[in-house]
Amino acid sequence: MKYEIQPTLPPPASMVGVIGWMRKHLFNGPINSVATIVVGYFLISFLVPTIQWIFIDADWVGDSRDACTSGGACWVFINNRLDQFLYGFYPEAEHWRVQTAFILLIGSIIWLVMPQTPKKGLVAALLLVVYPVVAFFLLYGDIFGLETVETHLWGGLSLTLVLAVVGIVASLPLGILLALGRQSEMPIVKSVCVIFIEIWRGVPLITVLFMASVMLPLFFPEGMSFDKLLRALIGITLFQSAYMAEVIRGGLQAIPKGQYEAADALGLGYWQKMILIIMPQALKLMIPGIVNTFIALFKDTSLVLIIGLFDVLAIGQAANQDPKWIGYSTESYLFVALLFWVFCFSMSRYSQQLERQLHTGH
Amino acid sequence: MSHSQASDKLMVELRDLNKWYGEFHVLKNINLEVKQGEKIVICGPSGSGKSTMIRCINHLEEHQKGDIVVSGIPLNEDIKNIEAIRKEVGMVFQHFNLFPHLTVLENCVLAPIWVKKMPRKEAEAQAMELLERVKIPDQALKYPGQLSGGQQQRVAIARSLCMNPDVMLFDEPTSALDPEMIKEVLDVMIELATEGMTMLCVTHEMGFAKTVADRVIFMDGGQIVEENEPHEFFNNPQHERTQLFLSQILQH
Repeated sequence: MKYEIQPTLPPPASMVGVIGWMRKHLFNGPINSVATIVVGYFLISFLVPTIQWIFIDADWVGDSRDACTSGGACWVFINNRLDQFLYGFYPEAEHWRVQTAFILLIGSIIWLVMPQTPKKGLVAALLLVVYPVVAFFLLYGDIFGLETVETHLWGGLSLTLVLAVVGIVASLPLGILLALGRQSEMPIVKSVCVIFIEIWRGVPLITVLFMASVMLPLFFPEGMSFDKLLRALIGITLFQSAYMAEVIRGGLQAIPKGQYEAADALGLGYWQKMILIIMPQALKLMIPGIVNTFIALFKDTSLVLIIGLFDVLAIGQAANQDPKWIGYSTESYLFVALLFWVFCFSMSRYSQQLERQLHTGH
Repeated sequence: MSHSQASDKLMVELRDLNKWYGEFHVLKNINLEVKQGEKIVICGPSGSGKSTMIRCINHLEEHQKGDIVVSGIPLNEDIKNIEAIRKEVGMVFQHFNLFPHLTVLENCVLAPIWVKKMPRKEAEAQAMELLERVKIPDQALKYPGQLSGGQQQRVAIARSLCMNPDVMLFDEPTSALDPEMIKEVLDVMIELATEGMTMLCVTHEMGFAKTVADRVIFMDGGQIVEENEPHEFFNNPQHERTQLFLSQILQH
């Protein structure tokens, strides 16, 4: 048999390019072709008018509903009430304080997300320890001559973010401690954690919020009041930390026993073992679950509207009641949905990036 | 081969050691003394309690009766004693148990830095020296997942040595390796033995036992059946159970 080197040929035309792709994925066989056409028809007949309504026929600028004449979406409504959507009833002259707090937050998060930036540990520590204090005094005031802004004036997207960020930042460490406690060999610690987790997981968040806003004050002595926002925050944090604990427990169980043994054999103490060896691996495994819980928490913050806090959704609903703008609730709900989606989607994307970044090939 | 490295100082003493898993009596009246510099090979069928025995020495397993003394420190409920013993005892596992989220170098410096409070620079210099000794200094910045099994096990040995232990425990260190990687790990262990390390080694590598062991121990049913120096052990086993075991593992 004679051996000679065969020339390298390009693949047949039916395999490459747009046509090839469509053939392979959309029209491979009669059933798929029909399905493609039917689904395509419905997509187009739904998407075209929607896009037309949202963008093409929409009215964007103006001062009152008189500007909305073209029959599409009336974004003038959102435009006019944008301040309320973002800041609630926070006094207009003080909006810069909310903006500063927000920029500090986003700035440090971007710092942490970017792969190349130095001193991530320091920034993370500042964000977790110093930032909450700074943000609180920025928003609340009553220091350095800043005017006091009571929490019942806080609202809109900024309130949603306050609830979500505090809930996320506080529930993660609490959840870690609860998860470790549940695995503990000390019977009292273990039962306290199990009882705590099971009670909070067995109760709807709405109940928790009602308890926090209506029942709790009944138990306080006469004259002692406790900020309503703070009560809601504590309720949300405790509630979510129970969920977080279960997610993290799942991660802890996925770590092979050999990792614990190797750490023990090297002489590491319990906390060293947990902080240096077990938690980094468990948290990495649990990123999807943790972020899922964060996203659920972020969306659940809208439940505070039932106890009279005006988060971004409640602001939208209040705006719908305004006699001057009756009939534009679709726009406000869409806008609120978009805001929620942007934040939740960003968290989801970041978690995927983090997973890739932390992958060490095992 | 007989080895004269052993001194009279006792490094490990097990006296009437008993252990139960629930109702199951895994270790029955184990008595063993290991002198400084001695190399002990422990063999026996699976389930005979050999791994459990050496895991009791650094308290990865709890014993219920009897005494364990390591490097003069009694092993009891006192967490201080347990931690003190673990500082003196290195352990190499069947499945390496390297920390997958840390590089090879970080694996090696972790315990010296956090347990011995050694400055990072010093710990890294020492780790590089030991990685040199197990012949993989060039892999120091890789993650364990990027190494072969034999390389990982050599890293695991280096990681244990970084704590500068008095005693090394090996729990079937070559059982999870591909055949062509066994030798590179055994070579490192033989070198360690010739340098005078006190070693307790659960293994079925009989060639290794013949080369380096001062004593070979055969266990079955949670008891030490027979104990002898290697030449006698292999050529003149006393007990029927030992003869059967040896005939089964040596006949190929």
